Amino acid sequence: MEPTIMNLDLLLPLIGIPIVVLGFALRFNPLLVVTLAGLITGLAVGMDFLAVLETFGEKFMNSRQLAVSLLILPVIGLLERHGLKERAQTWIASIRVASTGRILMLYFVVRETSAALGLPGMGHAQTVRPLLAPMAVGAASHRHGELPPHIRDRIAAHAAACDNVAHFFGEDVFIAFGAVLLMTAFLKENGITNVEPLAIGLWAIPTALCALVIHLFRLSRLDASIARQIHEWQLGQAGGKS
Amino acid sequence: MTSIISIDLVFYLIGIIVMLVAGMTLRDASNPKRYTTAAFWFLFGSSFLFGDLMITTLGKPMTYRVVGLIVLIIAGIAGANLLGAGTRVDNGAAARRKSAEILGNKLFISALVIPVITVFLTLFGKDLMIGGVHFLDQKNLTLTSLALACIGAIAIGQRITGSSPVVAIRESRRLVDAIGWALILPQMLAMLGGVFVAAKTGTSIQTIVNLFVDPQSRFALVTIYCLSMTGFTMIMGNAFAAFPVMTAGIALPFLILQHHGNPAPIVAIGMFAGYCGTLMTPMAANFNIVPAALLELKDKYQVIKIQIPTALCVLACNIFLMYCLAFP
Repeated sequence: MEPTIMNLDLLLPLIGIPIVVLGFALRFNPLLVVTLAGLITGLAVGMDFLAVLETFGEKFMNSRQLAVSLLILPVIGLLERHGLKERAQTWIASIRVASTGRILMLYFVVRETSAALGLPGMGHAQTVRPLLAPMAVGAASHRHGELPPHIRDRIAAHAAACDNVAHFFGEDVFIAFGAVLLMTAFLKENGITNVEPLAIGLWAIPTALCALVIHLFRLSRLDASIARQIHEWQLGQAGGKS
Repeated sequence: MTSIISIDLVFYLIGIIVMLVAGMTLRDASNPKRYTTAAFWFLFGSSFLFGDLMITTLGKPMTYRVVGLIVLIIAGIAGANLLGAGTRVDNGAAARRKSAEILGNKLFISALVIPVITVFLTLFGKDLMIGGVHFLDQKNLTLTSLALACIGAIAIGQRITGSSPVVAIRESRRLVDAIGWALILPQMLAMLGGVFVAAKTGTSIQTIVNLFVDPQSRFALVTIYCLSMTGFTMIMGNAFAAFPVMTAGIALPFLILQHHGNPAPIVAIGMFAGYCGTLMTPMAANFNIVPAALLELKDKYQVIKIQIPTALCVLACNIFLMYCLAFP
């Protein structure tokens, strides 16, 4: 049978997608949205309830490594209680050339390089929350004084984004990384046997460089943008008072 | 293959931390929802502490059903807004500033211990054998290295700050309260991905995308392959899940076989098109939502919003690069 867009067998497996999109957009609790989307998708394609439950349990159990950031929380908590954030801010304030944009740019280069060399160790719980975000925020507050919450949030979000972009586009250059092995295995399975992991790693370099240039360009404009935003906010504050 | 530091040990450690957090929550009268909050963490922790035990005693299908039920209850508690946080007194900004002054850069040392030990162990700990047994779990080298690094960092941190393990756990609870349900979202999404695989959602998407394919236009094919990698990754939250589906559906038959494209750049850049999707979706919770929670951002989508411009520019580069580099 020629597939058409109105074929029910074709559309029912997709039912979870609008549920997730709507649920997230309407800001229902994501755990509930995701679970319901899974349940409804499973039932819609004719799985019985127990089979869905089993799939839930199996995948949940087999992805427990995703919760590993929990292990890092005791250290962060302990150090933060003893002034880690405060220390990061004073230290960064003592470096004259340090600015939010420059700190993030430096981190980006280090992170992308170390990902390309296959070095783990940096990440949101390991380095962004305890070190990078406080330093990036600290550099801005050293220049501009106490920051309003929306600007603090914007800088912290930039710190997290910086880690993600550098990490993603760096790691595929490393030939022993899972994605590269996955691609090689996929090609082998499909009868293309002459592609070495090294070739895939090398072809990852152009995009890695593009990401580097694009993101560093954005970060190089961040300091000016923060200064502008703070200026606007200060004007708004002054206007509110008078 | 056995090892001294196995992944099971790492799970037990996580389980113990979560259980201690649950216990502290239960005793915290300042949390108006302390019973349901404690139940939430207890249930979550039990999958780490008792999961493997259940598999050996009950077998896999029964364990998975029980865990599936636990997941439903966890989602119910979160969905009914029954998660709360205690109002506890923190030690105050003044005390922290004073401590920061006294401890100085020593604070950085214990923070840097985690990445440094992790890198060191993954590089040099791989082949370490003790009594004929591997020291680190060979399949989970990074995870076991990270776990050991955390233990090392806690030990050093305690020496430097002169405080007890109780403080560390109490502070973890503060963080767990702040992060809340986001800690569990990545696993829930892996679960949804599992259902999508069982329901053959990928095949449906592949069929629909193929309705729009024009096999003659190379540029259109490259664009459709990259966009569908991005789009499907946004749905699955994971480029690895999208890659085999979209590559088998579009790249392999049309770009590689029909247009004689070079496979290595096609798959390498195609995977990157998927990563552009990862940057733009809440489904990649571990990268986009957990950090927002970890950094206590008011808008949980703010990390994604900041990433979107970079992701779209890199996506455009990918289409261009694939078109230029992959064909003779």
